[in-house]
Amino acid sequence: MSVLAIDGLNVAVDGKPILTALSLTIAPGEILGLVGVSGCGKSMTAHAVMGLLPAGATVSGSIDLLGQPLPLTDDTAMQAIRGRDIGIVFQEPMTALNPLMTIGDQVAETVRLHTAVSQREALEVARRTLARVDLPEDRFPLTRYPHELSGGQRQRVAIAVAIALTPRLLIADEPSTSLDVTTQSRILDLLKRLVREDGMALILISHDLAVVADTADRVAVMDAGEVVEQAPVGRIASGMAHPRSQRLLADAVHLPRRQARAGEGPPVLQVDGIVRDYPASMRLFRRAPPTRAVDDVSLIVRPGESVGLVGGSGCGKSTLLRTVLALDRPTSGSVRVMGEPFTGARRSEQKRLRRHIQMVFQDPYGSFDPRWRVEQLVSENFHLLEVRPDAGEGRRRVDAMLDQVGLAAADADRHPHEFSGGQRQRIALARALITRPEIVVLDEAVSALDVSTRAQILTLLADLSDRLGLSYLFATHDMAMVRAISDRVLVMENGRIVESGATADIFANPAHACTRALLAATPRLLRDSLARDRSQDGVLPTVETL
Amino acid sequence: MSPPVMTRPGRTAPRLSPALVVGLALTGLIVAVALISLVWTPWDVEAIRIADRLQPPSPVHWMGTDHFGRDVLSMIMAGSRNSLVVALVAVGVGAGFGVPLGLLSAARRGLIDEAVMRVNDLIFAFPALLVAVMITAVSGPGVINAIIAIGIFNIPVFARVTRGSALSLWTRDYVLAAQTAGKSRTLISMQHILPNLFSLLVVQASIQFALGIVAEAGLSYVGLGAQPPMPSWGRMLSEAQTMIGFAPWLAVFPGLAIVTIVLGLSLAGDGLGERLDPRLRQGRSQ
Repeated sequence: MSVLAIDGLNVAVDGKPILTALSLTIAPGEILGLVGVSGCGKSMTAHAVMGLLPAGATVSGSIDLLGQPLPLTDDTAMQAIRGRDIGIVFQEPMTALNPLMTIGDQVAETVRLHTAVSQREALEVARRTLARVDLPEDRFPLTRYPHELSGGQRQRVAIAVAIALTPRLLIADEPSTSLDVTTQSRILDLLKRLVREDGMALILISHDLAVVADTADRVAVMDAGEVVEQAPVGRIASGMAHPRSQRLLADAVHLPRRQARAGEGPPVLQVDGIVRDYPASMRLFRRAPPTRAVDDVSLIVRPGESVGLVGGSGCGKSTLLRTVLALDRPTSGSVRVMGEPFTGARRSEQKRLRRHIQMVFQDPYGSFDPRWRVEQLVSENFHLLEVRPDAGEGRRRVDAMLDQVGLAAADADRHPHEFSGGQRQRIALARALITRPEIVVLDEAVSALDVSTRAQILTLLADLSDRLGLSYLFATHDMAMVRAISDRVLVMENGRIVESGATADIFANPAHACTRALLAATPRLLRDSLARDRSQDGVLPTVETL
Repeated sequence: MSPPVMTRPGRTAPRLSPALVVGLALTGLIVAVALISLVWTPWDVEAIRIADRLQPPSPVHWMGTDHFGRDVLSMIMAGSRNSLVVALVAVGVGAGFGVPLGLLSAARRGLIDEAVMRVNDLIFAFPALLVAVMITAVSGPGVINAIIAIGIFNIPVFARVTRGSALSLWTRDYVLAAQTAGKSRTLISMQHILPNLFSLLVVQASIQFALGIVAEAGLSYVGLGAQPPMPSWGRMLSEAQTMIGFAPWLAVFPGLAIVTIVLGLSLAGDGLGERLDPRLRQGRSQ
């Protein structure tokens, strides 16, 4: 008997159809990957199963759990089922946990909500469950608070909360998307192991077919509120029939071609021995030694060259980039832009040099003033020019720039919230490029985007660097992005550069353990694609030997 | 058989919240009364007619008369001007100094921040009435001094609210982007921080405005506010207290007037806050 059977499910919110005639079944011990682009209805499907539909939603059709129809619109009845029979893991481990409760209490709370046990017994269950998600008590006492854990560890706690009562169905909604690649692959392995051990069914929701291919048994592709294709996972690479499925696959393994550049001439950016310490908080009698976020990093970017800075979360790459842009002062070391001193320079001097170095941020939602129109946002950098264009000329330049990044001139009059994540990164690029800088610094510029959008932005970045001869310095944990648009790679760990070299060499012969781990954590589909790409370059694929 | 259709019970937010409508209506009423009193009141406010003293409410004197035979309705109408002006100017003084100080603190951090905020703490720690008494002792009682005293105590309120929210805005990527555009901290404060704080400040101002009216009534009650013969709600209350046993209308009507404007402003502030919150106003379109 199937664990979950969805039959002819229709959901409309305020009269707008969100899901149409959706039917899915999932067997015990099975992992079903539910895949589609943003807004295709995959999260709404999960919410429908949990009875968490938004107010004003109209539902028809049936959802059966273990042969019993779910009382979808009866909140009280669903409360008893959620957490006991259906577990859920959300994307953002930061917000899914209560910051004021210890991890032991959070797991125990779920247990006590659904079973008549004492706090002591519940904590015993919590102890066992946390050990199962690789947070053993001797290293992670139950009295830890969420803020004392890393993102990956927090997600493990969230998983422990979800599986504490061994539910028959686990729903994981983009459980690894906000984590770096190595943590992502560990979380997915953990989910896989738990499913095998408990024989529960897992619905893994993701926008990334490559991620699903490594984890799921079967995949269901969704598009515009419908399941358009279901296939065993082995068919993903070869035999998916529906155009939407093929498109998702193409996007997941997309690698744009960019003309490789050796980079000649004097460096446009020169970073020498940057150290950045963060002072520790005062202890009772003495100050603890400072935390060293960036430890003696030097690098050079030559004209037209694209340099990738790779490393897991917390390796110091964002701090380094902020220092390079003089948004943060280094403890020691210096940055030169166009051969002139940048950090520590006088304000007017710094402002003059800023025209040459610009930045694109990670979060497409937070990087624009919500009150400004796109024209104002893009023309903000005119502030750097000694002679600022008048209104008409400024508008013409903004329009031309929007056109270059693939937006329409009419978009200049709209506000940022009217755009999708991918369009916003285009606006961010337009803002960065309006003063024709030589160097663009990108901090995880595509990691918040879904695969289809990511593929488009990567293509745009490759295209822009070809057309405008831009140099990029970008931080990422995404090896596909590195392969696609970098000439050289620097691998960073614990604030230090542990390995560097030409992209092709690093991919062919990764020397440092950190580099190997990053490559090994890349989903197999993507690795295969990287290998194919490399063989086109005439370098032998060696990924399988990792 | 068609599948059963279930609808999850839901509520949709009304376009204009009742709080905002009622709040604006009450505030509008008082403002209208204040404006009318400029050109017309039922009786002369300052005219003393001992023969008519302590009349209960009647068709001739709707809200009765006080112990000098002055018409209570006329005094409340004229007194509203005093209350509104004092509160408005005091909020203006508080916001005018407090907001720039809060912006400066958030933009500069470090020593300047410490200095500004500690001075704010100092002001905050002083009882407002005590300072009003001190100011009055130096320069005599009067409307201007009431405004100064109330205004000074609005400064730390605005400075703190501004600084707290500005600090969180300074960590936004769009502020970093403005820095990469070479803009100075002052310019960023003006262009990015202040506009994004605006809705919050409007709400805070409406709360402070209500508190200012109560404060003015309090100062006048102890004789430190508006001086006779200028009518004031607070002084009307203070004079009514000895007669409350046999002339309760003298206390009830000014009291109701204060309740009306404070309630109106608080409701309007709540309603405005809901309406101006960008998270409610502009959803993230995907």
